[in-house]
This record gives sequence, structure tokens and C-alpha cells, in this order.
Amino acid sequence: MTTDHSWSTASAIADAVRSGETTATAVVERCFSVIAARDKKLNAFTDITRDRALARAKAVDAAKEKGPLAGVPFAVKNLFDVKGLPTRAGSKINRELPPSQHDQPLIERLEAAGAILVGALNMGEYAYDFTGENIHDGPSRNPHDLSRMSGGSSGGSGSAVGGGLVPLALGSDTNGSIRVPSSLCGIFGLKPTYGRLSRARSFPFVASLDHLGPFARSVRDLAIAFDAMQGPDPEDPVCTDRAPEPALPALSRGAEGLRIAVAGGYFRKGAFPEAIEAVARVAKALSVKQEIELPEVHRARAAAYVITATEGAALHLDRLRKRAGDFDPAVRDRLIAGAMLPSVFVNKAQKFRRWYREQVLELFRTVDVIIAPATPCTAPSLGQQTFMLDGVELPVRPNLGIFTQPISFVGLPVVAAPVPLKPLPIGVQIIAAPWREDLALRVAAQLEKDGAAAAARLAL
Amino acid sequence: MPSSDPTDDFIEAAAQALGVPLDPAWKPAIRGNLEVTLKLARLVEEFPLPDDFEPAPVYKA
Repeated sequence: MTTDHSWSTASAIADAVRSGETTATAVVERCFSVIAARDKKLNAFTDITRDRALARAKAVDAAKEKGPLAGVPFAVKNLFDVKGLPTRAGSKINRELPPSQHDQPLIERLEAAGAILVGALNMGEYAYDFTGENIHDGPSRNPHDLSRMSGGSSGGSGSAVGGGLVPLALGSDTNGSIRVPSSLCGIFGLKPTYGRLSRARSFPFVASLDHLGPFARSVRDLAIAFDAMQGPDPEDPVCTDRAPEPALPALSRGAEGLRIAVAGGYFRKGAFPEAIEAVARVAKALSVKQEIELPEVHRARAAAYVITATEGAALHLDRLRKRAGDFDPAVRDRLIAGAMLPSVFVNKAQKFRRWYREQVLELFRTVDVIIAPATPCTAPSLGQQTFMLDGVELPVRPNLGIFTQPISFVGLPVVAAPVPLKPLPIGVQIIAAPWREDLALRVAAQLEKDGAAAAARLAL
Repeated sequence: MPSSDPTDDFIEAAAQALGVPLDPAWKPAIRGNLEVTLKLARLVEEFPLPDDFEPAPVYKA
């Protein structure tokens, strides 16, 4: 009889493997049978790495010293290099790339801590997406309601963790691609400070804004994974030289002594009632009364949009020339439009970014943490094209990220924490000053402890 | 018959300058995206900043 660890946290699995209660091999075997059963519905995985996972599990079981993630199965968005697989990045075109020679460094670091890679995950094409839909691989589905979006672009990561396929996944976030699927799938996600975690050997999107980070169903798991992945990497010129600053040791301090405020103005204006309700519940749980406004936040979102459109277009220009017909049309048309934007606007956007950063850092002299909604609404239906935001009908695809985009624009660390509303969950952003992931994680841990944030166990 | 719409003309000329193919069926969506991006770009552009203000990425030799 094998214990079903499909809803266990990563730390519970590691404890069970370390104590000898179970083996990494048993955990991984069970994980593959759960994936085989549930992923037919969720469509979260695009690749399964069974042979390497079983070999790795055997090595973990044989090792005398077992790491903090011993035997923990995890999966990565398919823009991470995985040795032996072409890095498809959600595209048709990249499938023709030669298989990767090496794993992405964060995979190496998680495996060094005992975790076991079980596969690669579905995503929106080239990460230019907030829906989790993919024209080539089909949509990853929301585990709370299979007719709804997982959120994107790390849709498979949200679906796999929210659906109990794996306790831990990695994704990328340029404008919200970790926080949006975390919100719609009802799980925890961490978008670290810009430059904190190595992006080497991952398929890029917007070099100025790209981040990588973890998803999990508990804050402790996020912290353990984050701590295992920190550290300089000369292969990524943006990666910080700062020594690792572990977040786990202070997690139990919770929100004690922290100055917390709720973001008003822009963040209320475009929010559906469920997003307002989620923020109100979190504010109540933390006894927060203070409201602050981020200055010119609508322009910050606009500037992030401009930089994304143009850097994304530059990245894909040659593929647009030669393979335009092989793109998802929705991605192609945005990229071509981005290529046509006069460059003066990009320079203005980068100047504005400097100004906005200074204003936001000033705000963090008076508060430690800012709370804001992660998405304007709960998961839209698959295929839904538009929704009403602040009385205006707007396309879903670019606008699910209106609340995440102005935050990642200046690289602030954010934990997306799921508020278990019915019938669907929705996330809040817990935002801290640069390099203070520890504070955002502490507040998330407090909310989890008090029951204001929780990832649900679902009947799937 | 050349188009008389300046945005359509710009899209045609830009596609040619970039060497990017332009299927007529794609043009309405490209135009829609370009109009949204230009609107947002103007929102950023109209915000006054000093001439000597450094852009965010700083190159270090």
C-alpha cells in the first residue's frame, strides 16, 4: 500500500522520506500514477521525465545525507532547459531546437536539495499570455473548474500544483505569469526580486522584466524552495552577487512588528467584487487600516506594456520574418505591432521606470509590506475574449495582469496568496521592498496560519 | 490602389522596413494592437522627466 502524497506539502514528503516512513522511489511512482489519472483532465504536462526521475529517486534513497527537499517531485514550465528536451517555450517553432545539453540552474539547485524533476509543463506561447491557453498543446485547465482558465503564462504550473499533481513547480513571471495562475488556481506563488534567481538556460521573453520563481500549496514550501535556489550565477548577467538570504528561519515570526498597508486607487478601480472582498478579508486578518496609493501606477503599467511589446518583438523578429505562420496568431499580431513601435517610446518607458522605482522605494520607508489584488477577477471561462473592467469592455488576455504588471515593472518581490472564496479562489499580492522576500513570505505565513489564505484540496 | 489611412500606410511601410511579411488578414489585429500600444506609449511619454534623467538599465563596463 503506497501512501497518496498527492496533496501532501513538499516539506511533509521530505520529512517522510528522511524519516524512512516512505521512499523517494515510492513517492515518485505514486506521483506518476496521479499524473496519468488526473492530467487527462488538467493538461498541465507536456513532457514526462520518468526514467531520469526514477534514477534520481534511487540515488536519493541510497544517499546517507538527505536534503531539505528529499524525494519531492517537481515540474517546470517548458521554457526551462531540461537536459534531453528541446525548450519549446509553448511554441511550435522551438520544438525543432536540438535537445538541451544541461538543466536550467534552478533545476540543478532543487535536485541538489533532494527534489526530483518529473516533467515539463504547458504554458502560453513564448510567455506572452495571461490565460494559460495554448493553441498548439491545448489549454491547461483550472483544477477548481475544468471549464475555466488556469491563468498564464505559467498555466501548467498553476494547474499542476493546484490539481495535486506535484507539490512544487517552477515558472516565469515577466508581468504576472506566476501571480496570475497562482491567483486563478488558488495556490501560493513567489515572484522574487528582479535578479534574485538565475535565469540562465531558460527561454527569455523580456530581458528587462523576466523573473523565475516557485509555486506551492504552502508558504513553508515556497520558502524552502526559494532558499535552495538562491545564490549568484555568472551565467546570468542580471543575477545578483548577494549571498543567499534564507527566508525560512524567520517564517514563524509571521506579521509581528511589520507595517502593512493596502494599495488603494488604481487597485480598487479595476477590481471585481471578489478581488475587493479578498483584499478586505486579508486586511481584516492582519488588522490593517492604512491605505496608500502608488504614484502614477497606471503609467507604470503602460510603460511595462511598451517595454514588453518591443523587447518581445526584438527577441522574435527573425522568427516573425521566417515563420510568422507558425505562431499563435494572437501572439504574432502583438509581436508584429510591437516591432513597429517607434523606439523613442521605449527609452521614455525606461526613464519612467527609474522615476517610478524611486517613488516606490520612498513608500517603503513608511511601510514594510503592501497588499493588493493579484487579478481583477476569479478565473474566466476558457475561450472568453473580453470582460468588463471599470465599465469598459476589454480583452481578457492582456488585462488579467493589470494589477501584477506595475509591481514586477520595478522588480519588487511578491508572494501571491490564495484567498479561498467560493465558488472560486482569488489571490492577493503581498508586496515587499527589493530583496525582502522574507517579509512577504512572513505575512503570507501569517495569513496561512490564521486561515485567511489557503490552497484547497480538491476532488479530482 | 494605395491606402489613404495614415496608420495603415505606416503599418505597410514598417513591415517593409522590418522585412516582416504582412498577410492582409492579419492587418486589423496588428492595427488594433499597435493602437493600444501607442495609446499606452503616449501615456508614458506625456509624463515630464528631466533631460538628464537616467533610463533604468545602467550599463557597467
